[in-house]
Amino acid sequence: MNTPDNDSLLRFMTCGSVDDGKSTLIGRLLFDTKTILADTLTQIERTSKKRGMEAVDLSLLTDGLQAEREQGITIDVAYRYFSTGTRKYIIADAPGHEQYTRNMVTAASTANLAIILIDARKGVLTQTRRHSYLAHLVGITHIVVAINKMDLVNYDQAEFEKICADYLAFAEHIGLHRAGHQISFIPMSALNGDMIVDRGDGLDWYQGPTLLEFLESAPPAHSEKGEPFRFPVQFVCRPHASDDPELHDFRGFMGRIESGEIEVGEEVTVLPSGHTSKVKAIQIGDEQLPSAITEQSITLLLEDEIDTSRGDMIVKSSQSIEPVKQISAMVCWLSETPLSTARTYIVRHTTRESKAKVGEIAYKVDVNTLEELPAQGLVTNDIARISFKLAQPLMVDPYTENRATGAFILIDEATNNTVGAGMIEA
Amino acid sequence: MTSLTKETLSHLDWLESEAIYILREVAGQCSNPVLLFSGGKDSLCILRLAEKAFRPGRFPFPLMHIDTGHNYKEVIDFRDQRAAELGERLIVRSVEDSMKRGSVVLKSADEPRNKHQSVTLLEAIEEFGFDCCIGGARRDEEKARAKERIMSFRDEFGQWDPKNQRPELWNLYNARSHKGENIRAFPISNWTEMDVWQYIEREKLQLPSIYFAHQRDIVMRGGAIMPVNVPLASGEVINQPKPGEEIINMQVRFRTVGDITCTAPVISDSDNVAKIVLETATTTITERGATRLDDQTSDASMEQRKKEGYF
Repeated sequence: MNTPDNDSLLRFMTCGSVDDGKSTLIGRLLFDTKTILADTLTQIERTSKKRGMEAVDLSLLTDGLQAEREQGITIDVAYRYFSTGTRKYIIADAPGHEQYTRNMVTAASTANLAIILIDARKGVLTQTRRHSYLAHLVGITHIVVAINKMDLVNYDQAEFEKICADYLAFAEHIGLHRAGHQISFIPMSALNGDMIVDRGDGLDWYQGPTLLEFLESAPPAHSEKGEPFRFPVQFVCRPHASDDPELHDFRGFMGRIESGEIEVGEEVTVLPSGHTSKVKAIQIGDEQLPSAITEQSITLLLEDEIDTSRGDMIVKSSQSIEPVKQISAMVCWLSETPLSTARTYIVRHTTRESKAKVGEIAYKVDVNTLEELPAQGLVTNDIARISFKLAQPLMVDPYTENRATGAFILIDEATNNTVGAGMIEA
Repeated sequence: MTSLTKETLSHLDWLESEAIYILREVAGQCSNPVLLFSGGKDSLCILRLAEKAFRPGRFPFPLMHIDTGHNYKEVIDFRDQRAAELGERLIVRSVEDSMKRGSVVLKSADEPRNKHQSVTLLEAIEEFGFDCCIGGARRDEEKARAKERIMSFRDEFGQWDPKNQRPELWNLYNARSHKGENIRAFPISNWTEMDVWQYIEREKLQLPSIYFAHQRDIVMRGGAIMPVNVPLASGEVINQPKPGEEIINMQVRFRTVGDITCTAPVISDSDNVAKIVLETATTTITERGATRLDDQTSDASMEQRKKEGYF
């Protein structure tokens, strides 16, 4: 068997309630890609029999979660893995249920693609619109609308086309359908395995890719060209006490490139101080690199001794940004404890933290109707546009332009809990 | 010049980069972290990742092993050798010391000690005042792990509360804790058993010899392969065969390394990493399905092997 090292990685999320067949879809993907091994399969076969089912119930693979829900335990998101030999996949599996907004936002934050399930018998529902809005809000540009349970509408092409048309009309309405975004429709039956990995027998009229073929060819993260270079400093390496005299002057800025790319010799600016220098070397461990790209964790050496510490950001001098002490953002409230405008929260943005005061709540979004409503405070699952005053300057980009430098979390200082997720608008 | 066609990272490069990022977040956010290091394959990967994250500097944390006293000598020797090669500080705390103190009481002398490690770990956390323990757990190992956070909060009793986990969004990890509380950080959460072996192959990592096929005396017990008459570093010999059990000398290797009394090997002739990668790609049994007697043991494992013609 070939196990190449040069395969890429795709992170995607699945949304839809259990009734839409999401558990079965995930189970089918794992089963048909031979990710489920014999001992696991035997276990679910046994459980299926115990429950009096004829065939193996693939939704039992996520049964751990269902059992927990029965006990009233809320698990935000579970992560599952499979690989095809050409690509590795990480599924962020957001259980539907009441806690949908924060689960959806959490799962979407690390995904490059969303699979939105629609029950072919029911068509586009409020829930479909909510999922689409949230995926769009969190910046997912590739959406696969999986029209499931086609077996229950006799694999009828007209039903499929009607749902596609309904969905596209809605997508136009919320600005989801536009340049740089891709919406694809796949008819399927997760139960029978039609159009998931195998084509099946019922959908001969459909000429497009199966779900797996689609996933195999979907663009991975950060395929945009010419993004500005953003390098938040995570850790400064100064082994000056080392026995090796050559290391006494070593000063490495360690971090991950959040966007863009960098080459040795390029001129950079350290923010917020504004000092400039040139890249002397780029390393991963001991290995020297001539250049580095988005999502690589590297060590950056500069030609000049500049005072730089964790929380600073290194950018290309030609692509610099102004540090700001005021931001406006779409915030999803994650905590059971409501947002209090009287309190101060901690904003964690890239590797930098700042105290933040809540300014004005401009409006709250009704995620069912997408209406903007007035609001005084926020409770769990609310989404609102809020402005903040910051104690420390942050180096931000709008979220729509940069998911890494446009995002932040809010932390409650008393409990240290993560209570809010923010996407910067300006 | 900015290249026109953007390159993307291979999945191993991406996983490596994410793990390095997580290790650096621990170092940046926590004041007194520690890296749990057993000498096993997952923690050996993390050591390599720590080298890539922090060299030429020293690791901003010591290494620590919670020794059950029932570990394979080969693994303990390898643990010490690797720590010495890296020039990093290794702390060892043992379940046997907890037994002497009376904080661990065994029901029977031959009881598996894996679960008692947590007592010794909490004692060590308190002794050194660690605010974060870095570990090699992976989400693909079992169902409960699929929901584990990368920075996972533990209260002052070391407890994980699945109902009250911090949501994790983007790569903005929250490793804050109050005194007495603790974060468990899992840099290789998103790795699978296959990723670990591919990484070991790519990085040419050295491993304890028990991961590779070797001849060993075993008995068949309860559908599992049980190593017998195993010498410990102390000279003591454990896992005596029970009366009536037939000792077989068989070619085996370990997929996972833990307490001798509850870690079973698998039948294998994979004596190098390339062969193990191939075997991992074609196996029909999960990593823990046939090998961890303290996990839920699968009735199917031996049946499946028999179907494949082993006996």
